[in-house]
Amino acid sequence: MPELYVLRLFVAGTTTRSHNAITNVRRICDYHLAGRFDLEVIDVYTHPEDTREFQIVATPTLVKVAPPPLRRIVGDLSNLDRVLDGLSLGSSGGNAKASS
Amino acid sequence: MTELEAARAHGKPALEKAPTGIEGLDAVTGGGLPKGRPALLCGSAGCGKTLIAMTSLVNGAVQFGEAGVLMSFEERSEDLAANVASLGYDLDALIAGQKLVIDHVRIEPSEIEVSGEFDLEPLFVRLGYAIDQVGAKRVVLDTIEALFSGFKDQAGLRAELRRLFGWLKDRGVTAVITGERGEGQLTRYGIEEYVSDCVILLDNRVHDQVTTRRLRIVKYRGSSHGTNEYPFLIDDRGVSVMPITSAGLQHKISSDIVPTGVVDLDAMFSQGGFYRGSSVLLSGLAGTGKSTFSACFANAACNRGERCLYFAFEESPDQIVRNMRSAGIDLQKHVESGLLVFESARPSLYGLEMHLTRMHRDIVEFGPSAIVVDPISAFRGVQSEIHGTLLRLADVCKERGITAFFTSLSLASDHASEADRGVSSLMDTWISLIEVESSGERNRVMSVLKARGMSHSNQMREYLLTGSGIQLIAPYVGPEGVLTGAARQAQEAREKSEALERRYSNDRRARELDRRRASLERQIAELRAGLEAEEKEFEMLNRQEVDHGNVLIADRAAMAVKRGAAE
Repeated sequence: MPELYVLRLFVAGTTTRSHNAITNVRRICDYHLAGRFDLEVIDVYTHPEDTREFQIVATPTLVKVAPPPLRRIVGDLSNLDRVLDGLSLGSSGGNAKASS
Repeated sequence: MTELEAARAHGKPALEKAPTGIEGLDAVTGGGLPKGRPALLCGSAGCGKTLIAMTSLVNGAVQFGEAGVLMSFEERSEDLAANVASLGYDLDALIAGQKLVIDHVRIEPSEIEVSGEFDLEPLFVRLGYAIDQVGAKRVVLDTIEALFSGFKDQAGLRAELRRLFGWLKDRGVTAVITGERGEGQLTRYGIEEYVSDCVILLDNRVHDQVTTRRLRIVKYRGSSHGTNEYPFLIDDRGVSVMPITSAGLQHKISSDIVPTGVVDLDAMFSQGGFYRGSSVLLSGLAGTGKSTFSACFANAACNRGERCLYFAFEESPDQIVRNMRSAGIDLQKHVESGLLVFESARPSLYGLEMHLTRMHRDIVEFGPSAIVVDPISAFRGVQSEIHGTLLRLADVCKERGITAFFTSLSLASDHASEADRGVSSLMDTWISLIEVESSGERNRVMSVLKARGMSHSNQMREYLLTGSGIQLIAPYVGPEGVLTGAARQAQEAREKSEALERRYSNDRRARELDRRRASLERQIAELRAGLEAEEKEFEMLNRQEVDHGNVLIADRAAMAVKRGAAE
């Protein structure tokens, strides 16, 4: 049974940076986590209370809520290696796949 | 403080200030932090940054009706609440009462991966959200530099911080930003560059294993401020800053007289005691009864219904009360009635300035009319520092019209030891207690060395510490100077016997005279009797002579008659 990835992407309004981040995360999810991810995009302006709950200080921030450990990937997610590393999907993430 | 007064007198509209409610800090800043602007509070770890920031926030909510937001980057809300609970701050109640919001921003570098460009918009959102929740007027960011550990992109971070401080100003909140002290600059990441309105530096120095906290206002744009380093104190009663550098000499003085507590001692001053609000130094050797004099003074103040604060640096309150009971002074009843309060601490517990700050706070809180500091010689440190400390303490008391009674332990038998001389110029009245050693015994002798504004006895007086207080003995001044103790008693005995001797010899002489008078009178009587006898004989002979003459004449006449015709 593949592990379900719960991801939350926090953006601030509809800036180019927000747009880039959304595009990037969608692509990564579709490619690496097809069928086993739950992604929600949250605008901090409309949901300020969530910034406190999820400890968000920077946008865009992609929070990997599950599986543990919790990870935050800050930035527009343009550096793919860093993102995969953060999601434990990179070269080192291979082990996680094998075990599932 | 005088600088501030001068600035006020200038008539310029002063910058609006947000009082922190921290005693002393508002005095040195001329009213508080710049209202509606950010201020930086920096210092090394353990300086009390968080506590001062927190206190201003709580005071703002409780005393000044200004709700606050604390954005903590270091401590969790529960930890903060626990930390300040010991100061009597109930954060949970404030939070429940919509007076305070605590937002803990947790930054865990190990969780964070940076990939591409970012901004700190959520921080603005969080802060704005919190401010709007309670309508906050005050904000504390503690310690925002924690961001630097989470995000390696310093240039981006700095740009965002600049934007944040600008945003805070636009929101018109009084913000306190704390920062860790850095090498060669005020804060580790140089954020003082962005907060330019008010910068306060905290310092925690250890000297001779004793820590002294100090506070300095590095800059305060648009406002005059005290420029010195001010000692401050953090204890179970919160933060207090000692605002006085040199209180000046403008204090009002009083001509009222405060009795010394020892009746005989009062008589040594022409006015019958000390002036109210004056400083009194009682210096003496060990065991000369300095504490007893102090207790008498305190006791007298309390008996008049005045408050007295007794700073004891060598004995615990219980010990003083017990010891003074043996001298017939009941301090316990004054302690129970609340007129007398003891503040005991070992001098080595804090640095000099911390002591001063503590004493200053206690004086301000208790509002006594008299204080006793027993003894000032317990303070260890550089002479000039001690001098400065006592000067400030004396000024604090003078300003408030408090009569201050200081005792000092002299080390040498020379009553004017170095330390006493150093502080004597601060003192209005100086009483010296010495022990005079003679004829194998020690006797306590006191004298008034000075009493500003009144004449005083220049007599050295012997005194006794009896079960009913202090007794001054009438001075014995003889041809051999002032005598004390057994020597005085011996001299008195000697004089008594001499006087007796003189009286005896006088009597003897009188009797002798009587005798002589009697014998002479007897002789006179004898002579007079002899003379009378001679006079009588002479009269008798005289009478015989006359009779004899008469007979001759008669005979001759008779013969003539016989011869008659023959002639």
